[in-house]
Amino acid sequence: MSDLVDSFYAKMPEFDETPPPGLSPEARATLLKSFYPDYRPEGKATIRVGPNAGTVVPEEIATLLESRSRIEGTRALPDHPDRDVDVLIVGGGGAGITAALHASEQGAGVLLATKLRVGDSNTVMAEGGIQSALGEGDSPVDHFRDTFRGGHGANDPALLSVLVQEGPGMVEWLVSRGILFDRDPQGNLSLRKGGGTSRPRLISAKDYTGLELIRVLKEDVVNAPVEILEFSPAVELLQGPGGACAGAVLWDLDSRKYLYVKAKTVILATGGTGRLHLGGFATSNHFGATGDGLCMAYRMGAKLVHIDSFQYHPTGVIFPSEMAGMLITEAVRGAGARMYNRLGKRFVNELETRDVVASAIIRECSEGRGVPTPSGASGVYLDLASIDREAGEGTVAKRFPNIVKLMTRHQVDPTRVPILVYPTLHYQNGGLQTDPNGHTSIPNLLVAGEASGGLHGTNRLMGNSLLELFVFGRRAGLEAAKASRERAPFSWKEVSMAHVDHFEQLLAREFEGADRPMAPTLFPDYRRKDS
Amino acid sequence: MDNSQNERKTMIHVSINGREYEVPAGSTMVQAMWYTGHEVIHGIGCLGGVCGACATVYRIKGDFRLRNALACQTLVQEGMSFSMLDSYPIQRAHYDVATLSDPKEELFTFYPESATCRNCNACTEVCPQGIDVRDSVWRANFGDFKAVADLTMSCVMCGLCVSRCIAEMAPHEIALYARRAYGAKELPFPANLRARLDEIKGGTFSREMDRLLSLSPDELKKECEVKS
Repeated sequence: MSDLVDSFYAKMPEFDETPPPGLSPEARATLLKSFYPDYRPEGKATIRVGPNAGTVVPEEIATLLESRSRIEGTRALPDHPDRDVDVLIVGGGGAGITAALHASEQGAGVLLATKLRVGDSNTVMAEGGIQSALGEGDSPVDHFRDTFRGGHGANDPALLSVLVQEGPGMVEWLVSRGILFDRDPQGNLSLRKGGGTSRPRLISAKDYTGLELIRVLKEDVVNAPVEILEFSPAVELLQGPGGACAGAVLWDLDSRKYLYVKAKTVILATGGTGRLHLGGFATSNHFGATGDGLCMAYRMGAKLVHIDSFQYHPTGVIFPSEMAGMLITEAVRGAGARMYNRLGKRFVNELETRDVVASAIIRECSEGRGVPTPSGASGVYLDLASIDREAGEGTVAKRFPNIVKLMTRHQVDPTRVPILVYPTLHYQNGGLQTDPNGHTSIPNLLVAGEASGGLHGTNRLMGNSLLELFVFGRRAGLEAAKASRERAPFSWKEVSMAHVDHFEQLLAREFEGADRPMAPTLFPDYRRKDS
Repeated sequence: MDNSQNERKTMIHVSINGREYEVPAGSTMVQAMWYTGHEVIHGIGCLGGVCGACATVYRIKGDFRLRNALACQTLVQEGMSFSMLDSYPIQRAHYDVATLSDPKEELFTFYPESATCRNCNACTEVCPQGIDVRDSVWRANFGDFKAVADLTMSCVMCGLCVSRCIAEMAPHEIALYARRAYGAKELPFPANLRARLDEIKGGTFSREMDRLLSLSPDELKKECEVKS
């Protein structure tokens, strides 16, 4: 094992410190168009059925959206629901937990259902930080401008203005819950630099930011008057009077039985789609990131936005191969880490936006300047040693203890040798269309977090997703409590899965009766197929 | 993903939940379970070494020692025998950090067993994160919550320390309590955050924000094109 690592690193070139050429706006656009997966024609399909028909998306996304239900036959409901609640929250990551805490504070009866354990999510894996404009000379307006530019101007300005203005208030909430962000010697929140921003604006807890957030908020939600159902993913939404959402069908992974939940309001906080491995990319996402909320809501007629836009984070580990996909936070580049190709040359400014940096890495590898790995993949060197050279010996160990720990477990000491990286599927930029209070286009169906779309435009800046979870998780929780109070009573007899029947009829017509794959898949299946 | 096939074809012998298998060398424990057809649902989460779902107990043939690890982070070895500890039962305190009045004393209300540590150090030896767990328990008992925070920032809450504690406490929950109390009750509120909150409340940025929101999409795009 160690021999393999040693022989790999025996073949390193000398690193040439010459800065890479700068990019004009035109050169940047050409680079993206030529190499970024979103803009490449291969592996794409046109959606044929539903509100987003006509949109060209990755094949895996089209398959997800144009899928048949896991629930077959007549889809008759039992005589009584298993639960009858005000607010059902689907998903137990950062957005779901935040929504649950805020909805229950309003006195709503909340049920939080989640696929694995509460907290098992992309949130817990977030390394780098939360973007919040706290620095002198910085402002929410600058945060707005940077995010809008980074998102290629496709961001929904109404959502974005809420994010930047309410962000610091949510940071206050987190601090009050006892979350330990890094401080400077004066006791201020330390601000770090991320890609594509004009000011240092990232607050973090070393490189354990998501872990620190989830440890604390999980304890809070477990102690809150919220009913929690773990290992119980939703597999279908329920429809009530007027086409409004009226609950969901959960699937108990252990008893292998359906659980029927009647709810006045449902919040989807189901996260992203990394485990669908779009285009065969490795992913940094947690095991349950299979886009469940998207397909369930799409069947109900909810509109999606920017669902052709994904974030391939530039620096996923690619060697040793058992670590493939694991993320190395952008904060290392903010701190001065550099990238080199097989020839030892720098090839892009490391603090360009994520899509530009990822495109440059793909260009190097597809034009023969990538570093080959023993398993036949290729990547580029990400060298953290320059951080210690510039900021002093021990900086990497102090600021990025998690990266050092994880890499060292696999015999790679990142303070001594560079990490081999290639873009990894990291984030779903788009999602369910939402207004600033979390409403989708379906009444009483709300959304928060990565499952939503519009805020980030077509490229997300580092640290904005964690901020989004709290700002819009809170709003969705408050709004769901209100919507539940205001909703006219309806009976279980008025609830059905008629929308699923209808959607499957549309599919049968469009695909001429051909069998469609079933979704949500809930998990990827990595078991050996020939065993 | 199971990427190990191309790189290392050597097969080794392992035992998973008491059954013998051959799996490719270079697989993690979780990958070995997939390779042998296990559907892993309990005991899996981030696959990145931070969620703490995959606490695992193992032995190596010929070695009497009982060892522990995170299954997504640990490569299988010849003669390894392992089982996942999906969830270790714990007692969790019911409290609201905002209403703590004397957190150092209240520790013994919520976790009275914290004071019964017998210094055996088994918790520290078992920790997959390399935390000095025993020290963090004592620092908590003595009210040095800052030290607890510094010692335990990398805790993934896997609960392996609980599995070995002869005083039957949950050191990771005690550390969480101490860290939270330190952050919410001891550390001064950050001045830069206070200043920005006051500015936002005072409407310092409203006019400029309103102006941006009044622009047409094209104007807004142009306006934001260059870094300020």
